[in-house]
Amino acid sequence: MSDRALEGVKVVDFGWVLVSPLIVKTLADYGATAVCVESMKSPSLSRLGTPFKDGKPGVDRAGHFAYCAPNKYSISLDLRTPGGMEIAKRLVAWADVVSENRRAGIMKQMGLDYDELTKINPGIIMVSSSNQGQTGPYASHPGLGIHLIGLGGFNNFIGWPDQEAITLTIAYTDYLTPPLAVATIVAALDRRRKTGEGQYFDISQLEAGLHFLATPLLNCAVNGSEPKKMGNVCEDAAPHGIFRCKGEDRWCAIAVFNDKEWAIFCTVISHPEWKCDPRFSTLSKRKENEEELNKRVGEYTIHYSAEEIMAVLQEAGIAAGVVQNAKDIYEDPQLIQREFFWVMNHKEMGEFTHLGEPAILSKTPAKPYMPAPCLGEHTEYICKEYLGMDDEEFVDYMVSGAFGF
Amino acid sequence: MAGLLESFRVLDLTDHKGFFCGKILADLGADVIKVEKPGGDPARRIGPFYKNIPDPEKSLHWFAYNLNKRGITLDIEATDGKELFKRLAETSDFVIESYPTGYMDEIGLSYLDLSTVNSRIIMTSITAFGHTGPYKDYKGSDIVGMAMGGLAYITGNAEDSPVRISFPQSYLLASAEAAAATMIAHYYRETTGQGQHVDASLQASVAGKLANAIPTWELNHTLLKREGSYMFGRGAKLRIRLLWHCKDGYITFALMGGKLGAKSNEIVARWIIDEGIAPEFFRKIDWPSLDIAKQTQEDQDRLEEVVAQFFAKYTKADLYRRANQEGVLLCPQSSCKDILENTQLQSRDFWVNVEHPELGDTMPYPGAFLKASRTPPVIRQRAPLIGEHNEEVYKGELGLSDGAMSMMSLAGVI
Repeated sequence: MSDRALEGVKVVDFGWVLVSPLIVKTLADYGATAVCVESMKSPSLSRLGTPFKDGKPGVDRAGHFAYCAPNKYSISLDLRTPGGMEIAKRLVAWADVVSENRRAGIMKQMGLDYDELTKINPGIIMVSSSNQGQTGPYASHPGLGIHLIGLGGFNNFIGWPDQEAITLTIAYTDYLTPPLAVATIVAALDRRRKTGEGQYFDISQLEAGLHFLATPLLNCAVNGSEPKKMGNVCEDAAPHGIFRCKGEDRWCAIAVFNDKEWAIFCTVISHPEWKCDPRFSTLSKRKENEEELNKRVGEYTIHYSAEEIMAVLQEAGIAAGVVQNAKDIYEDPQLIQREFFWVMNHKEMGEFTHLGEPAILSKTPAKPYMPAPCLGEHTEYICKEYLGMDDEEFVDYMVSGAFGF
Repeated sequence: MAGLLESFRVLDLTDHKGFFCGKILADLGADVIKVEKPGGDPARRIGPFYKNIPDPEKSLHWFAYNLNKRGITLDIEATDGKELFKRLAETSDFVIESYPTGYMDEIGLSYLDLSTVNSRIIMTSITAFGHTGPYKDYKGSDIVGMAMGGLAYITGNAEDSPVRISFPQSYLLASAEAAAATMIAHYYRETTGQGQHVDASLQASVAGKLANAIPTWELNHTLLKREGSYMFGRGAKLRIRLLWHCKDGYITFALMGGKLGAKSNEIVARWIIDEGIAPEFFRKIDWPSLDIAKQTQEDQDRLEEVVAQFFAKYTKADLYRRANQEGVLLCPQSSCKDILENTQLQSRDFWVNVEHPELGDTMPYPGAFLKASRTPPVIRQRAPLIGEHNEEVYKGELGLSDGAMSMMSLAGVI
């Protein structure tokens, strides 16, 4: 029996940069056959941005694209040509799922909106993941994840009260839609298998993202409260924060929740006398004197490496963790043991690390089946194997410019 | 309309680390039964509270992430409790839990134990580091997850300590990933009849969200660092401002390169020139041909200074309205109140008023996380009270007698 949970599921991705490619990545990682429709003339931004292999720019040397694209096929089409559009529609006819994250209205302009797709394939499941959904006065407003973070209110929860506002400088909201979309698509595939019915999903990344701030939004609605900047402070724990350790830009997170943990913490860091200090004896006292407490903890941690602090505290059952940078993550023994990264031989870059999946399924784990594709790498393969073209037809399309090369 | 998961039942044993996983399945239509310790889940003590009154029946966090679930109380460590749980598992499709690694084995309710009573069952575990690997027994918390997952390192000001997002995100990220993985296991189960174990890691859920940081290390041996309110990890070696003061707060905008940036830059430049506040050098720039990526930092700073003066004269709403009319990549930084009043969300009927009869009140909740043409997520009911559905489930569905129920109740099992 196959260990590919989504064996036989066929997905076409008309998306770009991150949201739709991440949705399709997970489906492909669990065994779906996934084709990303790309364009030689206008490649995805993630093929144009850093990092590049050896620092040499090139669409097939772009690390961010490849990192998020294991297990996918790539076809190059010029959708502005009649031939390119014909092939796109043949892919739709072949597919079970079509995913896209273009600005609302673009798919309709191209003649690839849900109504058109159902004419070709009545059972299709189509997912649009635009910034703010397909309807409403701001539907077609352009924006990137960096903008949605602010619009969605996430910046209110980052930084310190006495400082200028800061933001999450990665496109955080791009990561919030994909798991919700995958859960829904897969459930919809199961329903379709039983009923024959496809459907259309209109995702607003803003709306999906707000589910990650549900409590503060409810708090504002019923209590009129706005969030306050809290740095690393947590109401239920002290010490709680990120403390500087030995070395350059090395830090360790520590979270001590209750008095029992506090007693252990004091013993482990060889300051048993702090236990009896009336300023720190209970959680509420420690909260009152948190500044002094944090200062003292920092004076301790600065003498040790972040790894040492983590090891000694975790050994004693206290929550602590190194503030890992990309190198630490890349070498993290836990993530490596869980096969979170997939090293495969990329056609252009050679040995390259692809992103895996965050959960392990005991019978049908996600797997590295093939490295990320070069742009249009599988154009001929897809046309012949999946769309049933013969040599002559393929060459005719090529000559007509359908593939954009 | 029937939900996607209408005929499926979930037993939800999670604490605050995993509430959102069951919530997602409940929104998709599953019958999710939140199983609490007799007396109520400790997570009911998490604030803030309705009208700021601390009370296990008024935790807004409980309300928000247990919406759409039913609730029963059960001591799964007691022998009778365990038996009741197994009986429930016989007719259920999913079990979700977020206990420390090894706990479910210890009490005899591991995936293997449950699969012997129901081979179709899918058990989903959400833990700090996962059930395998050298850190499997490490203790987690949100800040530890954000640290070990790498998001903390790239968040904050360059010169300061890394910082977490103060409304805990790592639990929500892991719960959402767990829900996706659970559905994939579901698809396989519906094909083959076989259940399985889903082992979701908080650390890995965070580590998957680091943009291009990992390949930048692998390919260029460069560490992307936190940049406060500046753009991160792009090709240009420029510091490009993201957050700007305006009259009543902040907006996000980037004077950035590429085709995308060029269009917005040109329109904003025109706004500034039309306003009559552009210095000569600014007016002389040929915006369509300006390549931001090739500028020096000095050039960039000079441009940003002019743009900053313009934004400071207007409100968030003015700028956003104008940006929408002309297609400029610019958004306001919303307060929670702004979000509740956001016209786009209102026009899509995003908020759903949910009745809380005990409080004599209704509250607006974030509604469906997506719109669907056939099976939209539906918000049906507020989060359960402590033991609210005990009778319904134990008597109505398991067929326990009144006597048996009061015995169990007296013994502290339910």
